[in-house]
Parts: sequence; C-alpha cells; structure tokens
Amino acid sequence: MKKFVIGMLVSNQAGVLTRISGMFSRRGFNIDSLTVGVTENPDLSRMTVTMTGSEYERDQMLKQLDKLFDVKEIKEIETSTAINRELAIVKVKANPADRLEVLTVANTFGAKVVDLSAETICFEKTGESNKLDSFVELLKPYGIVEMCRTGLVAIDRGSTTLKK
Amino acid sequence: MKLTGAQILIETLIEQGVDTIFGYPGGSVLDIYDELYKNADRINHVISAHEQGAAHAAEGYARASGRLGVVLATSGPGATNLVTGIADANLDSTPLLAITGNVGTSVLGTDGFQEVDIVGVTYPIVKHSYQVKNVAKLADTIREAMQIAQSGRPGPVLIDIPKDVQLASTEFENKEKISLFDNPPYDKALIDRAVEMIAESKRPFIYCGGGAAKERCCHDIMAFAEKIDAPIGTSMMGLASIPASFKNGLGMCGMHGHYASTAAMYESDLIIAMGVRFSDRATGDKAKFSLDKKIIHIDIDPAEISKNISVNLGITGDLKEVLCAINEKTVESKKPEWMAKIDEFRKYEEENTYISPNKLTPYDIIDAVNAIKDEYSPVSTDVGQHQLWTSQRNKVHHSKTFITSGGLGTMGFGMGAAIGAAVATGRTSILYTGDGSFGMNLNELATAVSQNLPLVVVLFNNGVLGNVRQWQTMFYGERYSQTTLNRKTDFVKLAEAFGAKGFRADDKDSLDKALKEAFASKSPCVVECIIDKDEMVLPMIPPGKSIDSLLMRFR
Repeated sequence: MKKFVIGMLVSNQAGVLTRISGMFSRRGFNIDSLTVGVTENPDLSRMTVTMTGSEYERDQMLKQLDKLFDVKEIKEIETSTAINRELAIVKVKANPADRLEVLTVANTFGAKVVDLSAETICFEKTGESNKLDSFVELLKPYGIVEMCRTGLVAIDRGSTTLKK
Repeated sequence: MKLTGAQILIETLIEQGVDTIFGYPGGSVLDIYDELYKNADRINHVISAHEQGAAHAAEGYARASGRLGVVLATSGPGATNLVTGIADANLDSTPLLAITGNVGTSVLGTDGFQEVDIVGVTYPIVKHSYQVKNVAKLADTIREAMQIAQSGRPGPVLIDIPKDVQLASTEFENKEKISLFDNPPYDKALIDRAVEMIAESKRPFIYCGGGAAKERCCHDIMAFAEKIDAPIGTSMMGLASIPASFKNGLGMCGMHGHYASTAAMYESDLIIAMGVRFSDRATGDKAKFSLDKKIIHIDIDPAEISKNISVNLGITGDLKEVLCAINEKTVESKKPEWMAKIDEFRKYEEENTYISPNKLTPYDIIDAVNAIKDEYSPVSTDVGQHQLWTSQRNKVHHSKTFITSGGLGTMGFGMGAAIGAAVATGRTSILYTGDGSFGMNLNELATAVSQNLPLVVVLFNNGVLGNVRQWQTMFYGERYSQTTLNRKTDFVKLAEAFGAKGFRADDKDSLDKALKEAFASKSPCVVECIIDKDEMVLPMIPPGKSIDSLLMRFR
C-alpha cells in the first residue's frame, strides 16, 4: 500500500464531481482527499486526488478516470518533484494560562493566528500534509475545538504540466 | 433557419443518417412525437409494448447492423424503463443513443409529475450523458453523443431533454456527418515484443471476445491463426468473430464452453487475447488460469489491460491495425505436435459429449434450426440454459449474426433484440428463448405482429428456471427454491392471441414440421419446444474452479 497523488483537468460542468466520485465508489477505490477548483481556463477545473492503495489500484484508477469523457487530462503527480500544499484551519482551546505555550507551537510551525477569542485561538497553517499532521498532533493536548483541512493540491515543479 | 428543439432533434438524427428509432410516446416527449408524425416519410419509428423492449430493440438493431441504435422514451417511468437496456449496452459495449424527455427546466428538481433524475440514475452505466438545458447546444450535443457512443469501445450515451427545451427555438444549420474519434495509436515497440513472444511459443492459443467479432477483423484473425498454427477459442460475446466452420475454431471456452476449447486454453503456453475482458465466466480460478503461460492482450480500452488478469504484454489499439502489424512480422510456423494435441482434445470432446436420452434434446432443436436458417439470419438469445446451449451449438457464419446479453445477462433481452435485428436486416430473425426469459418481455410479440416482422421464436419450454435449477441440483442439494414454475401457459394460444402463429413440438418430426411452416410464413411465429426439466448444460466448470474440476456429465 502506497500513497498516490493524481492530478486532473476536468470539464467545468454540472455533474462532473458526481461522475468521478461515483466511479470511486462503484469500483471500490479508497480516496483520502479530493480537491477541486477553477483554473486559468474557465472551461476546465483542476482536481487533485490522493489515494492509498496498490499499484494495481492506482493503474485502474488512472485508466478508469481517463475513460470519463469529462476528464480531459490526467496523470500521477510524483510528490518528490512537485509542490504539494494543504491548508488547515485549527481552532484550539487557549485559556490565558496556556496561550503563550500554544502560540510558541504555532510559531515554530509558521502558522498564522487568524482569530482570537477569550477561550480559543484559530490558526491557519499551509504546508505539506505531513507537516499539518504534526502540527495538529502537537495541538491536541491543548484541546482542539474544531478544525478543517482542504485536502492536498499539487503542481509539478519546472515547466512540466498536466497537459500531455 | 429557426427550428424548435424537437425539430432540431429529428433534423440532427436524419442529418447523421439515422433512419429508424425505437420508442414509446408520453407526456414529456409529445413535441418530439409530433415532429416524428410530420417526418414519418424520413424517419421510421417502431413503437414497442414497453420501453425496456424498445431499448433492447435498439441494441439488437445496433448489433445486427453495426450502426448506432437509437431509443426514445418519455420522462419518469419511461426513462427508468430504459435503465436495464442501457446497463446491458454498457456491459456489452453496444453503441446506443438513449433520448429521454423530462419536465420543464423550471420544474426540474421539484419532484414534478413523471420527473426522475435519469442522468443521476444512469451515471454508473453510461459511457457519457447530458441534460440539455439550452436549445442552442442541442444539435452539437446530439452529434457529440453519437461520436462518443460509437468511437473506441462503443457504449450507451443518454441525452435528457426537458420539455421547454424541446419547444424553444434557435438557429439550426445542417453539418457534415460526424467522424469517429481517432483510435489511440498503438505502441510500435510492443509489436516486436509480441512477435518475439509468438515466435517462442510452442502452444499458442487465440482468445477472441466481442471486440474481435467485427467483420473487418475476421479475415486477419483467421490468417494469423493459420500462420502460427493456433487454435481459436472465444468468449460468448466473441462467438461471431470467426465462422463456426473455420478449421482452427474450437468454439466458446470457459464455464460452459466446449471441452476442446477450454482444454486448449489451459494447455497453451501463450494466450493471445483479442478484444476480450477475461470475465470470471471464462477464466474460473484466476491463479490456475494463468499458470505456466504468458498472455498478450490486445484491446481498444486501456483499462481492460491487466484489469481482471495480469498480462505479460498489453497492447492498446485498434485490433485490425495491431493484428496486421503483428501478422506482417510474424514468420509462418507449423506446430504438428500442438495440432495433434488439439485433435486429441476434439476427439475426447466428441466421444464424451453428453447427449440426454430424451426424445427432443436441446441440441436437436438447435441442429434443426441450423439446418433451416439462412446463413445471414440474425440469431438472438435470451438468458439461461437455452443461451448456453445456443452458444455451444449454433452455427455462426457471419459477424453481426449472434446477438446475446453476455455481460449483464438480461433475461427478457431477447424479444426486443430479435425485433431490432429483424428491423435492421429485413431477414428472418431467430430468437432462442426459454419459458422463463420469454415470460419477462413476451408483450413484445405485439410489436412483432404490428410490424409484421419475420421472427421465429424458438421457445425451450421445460417448465422451470433451468439454469438456476441446474445449480440447485448441483450445489444446493436439489432444493428447488422458486424455480418450478407451474404456469400452465398455452404458448400456442398465447401466440395466436397476439396475432402470431403458434406451434408445439415434442419430438424431432413435429419440430421439423413446425420450423418449416414458421420459416416459410415470414411473420411472427412461436415454436414451443417441450424439453425435459432436468436437461443440463454440460460440460461445466463449477464457479471459481479450473479445468481440473470440469464435468463432462453429471451423475
């Protein structure tokens, strides 16, 4: 079992997400995250999917997705030669006694304070997913009130693009 | 020229060469039917008894003609009744265009009368689908849908058209006939590897599926087989890839295949698979299947390569092109030892084929039809024992003359399919069915009668759901749960009630007489053939097992 990242350009149309997510469930693929957003071309959206599975599952997923008419470009993104980013917003309990300590942790990770209340602090942290994992792990003892993560986005370094 | 959506639909279909569609009218397609009425001299519409029958008829039409099948239905139940046909076309890679009406766009999503999200319902079973909300996009959507349905590995495409879009007007201009998308070019380096593997093989076996059952490939497959002394086995969908008379052909292999075909497949050291997807019905135990052998897989669909069976070499591309390239570089090699082994398998099969002692056996019936049918007559089947017996025994002469529901296994497929095949070819269309399958969609007899189609329904009546019963006999301790029908249907009277002719046969003489009359009548006929309820389809490899467990007879 390995972690794979797949990048896709898909038609910017109603129902595309349903087609793609439906394919995952129908063929029994387990995905860890899926992000979708606009691109420089209004007709296309970009999706990044992360999955854990065997090479067989990765190959099948790539081929089955490629068959969908709405999937215009698709390839596996090698994380070692790509820029991989995820964003997390974490709301942590921070009573006056803990506050300094929590801020030190955040500072070490380069997280930004985006909200502060009498009992909580909200951090915004962007980075590679494993960095976000460690950051969240270290905040847990203080009490995470709620959090959200965007899922990974990834883009190749250099002149390489998704387009063949 | 300003046209309404309904007019654009009809004009675009005609522009693209569609001359026949199957369907059933209803509230949300009234405007389209109004245009069909006005254009009755330009496009033929065949009304079915039920939308499912229309969908299967469009499939049968496509498979007998090699052209696109088109089916039209209203919203809601009309649309959902198409679902089985769409799923069937998806699994058997049949080019099908399904057009549905829907409630107006302002009502969409409000659970209006006869509203169903048919695009949502069919997501997992279409090659692609559209809901057209802007009439300006309708014509190009239809053209694109036709391209998608027929290009590469064919499949079903659905277009859902809300009622107000059918009424709205826009400028329309005729365009040229669409050309299909280019097939992906095959990797030339792989051809050399294939040629090497073929040269090294002492016992090659060619395995053809539905993707190989194309008129344009037939000659190349046979030439290749002769060149390298390879026997040919097929999947059920691939039965029409070569004529039954071809000397290297061993017939269907797998669970209920011919012994010689299955044995040769297991004994081979190289399987050259063409347009086939290694279904579990064909492979059985997958580990034993690929033991001690190499596999080359040629397919138009890259996703099929190493999906069900891990192969040594996968070549994605058009079969004819790939095969011609391989053929050109392959040196002729005779393999007398391998051919002798194949003859041994054949001899064993001949000596051990089980023939029941009953006075009218399934093989008797198919042999009698083989003797009387025209070589170009399309043969359709339903699903069950009769389908397997037909797959084993029917003599195929040409591609496009064997139409069966291979992937989905749709009981009730046959009546529609045989009607579509008759409409497409104008020839006497033969349907093999069982009393179970026939019971599912026999209402389509009405369609055959109203169209006065030359259709011979060869009905195997054993009073039971024979295929399930066979499994209950073999694997469920003869507990015949819900498979003994006790229906007491008089099929001769039933045929007559529909306005068709009915015959009953319980021995070879009465069968010959009935078939003679039925084939001469050139109109819908039902020939009921009484067979024993304990007839079995043999040989059989029990599910998930290998040739070691093959049964030539049971008890």
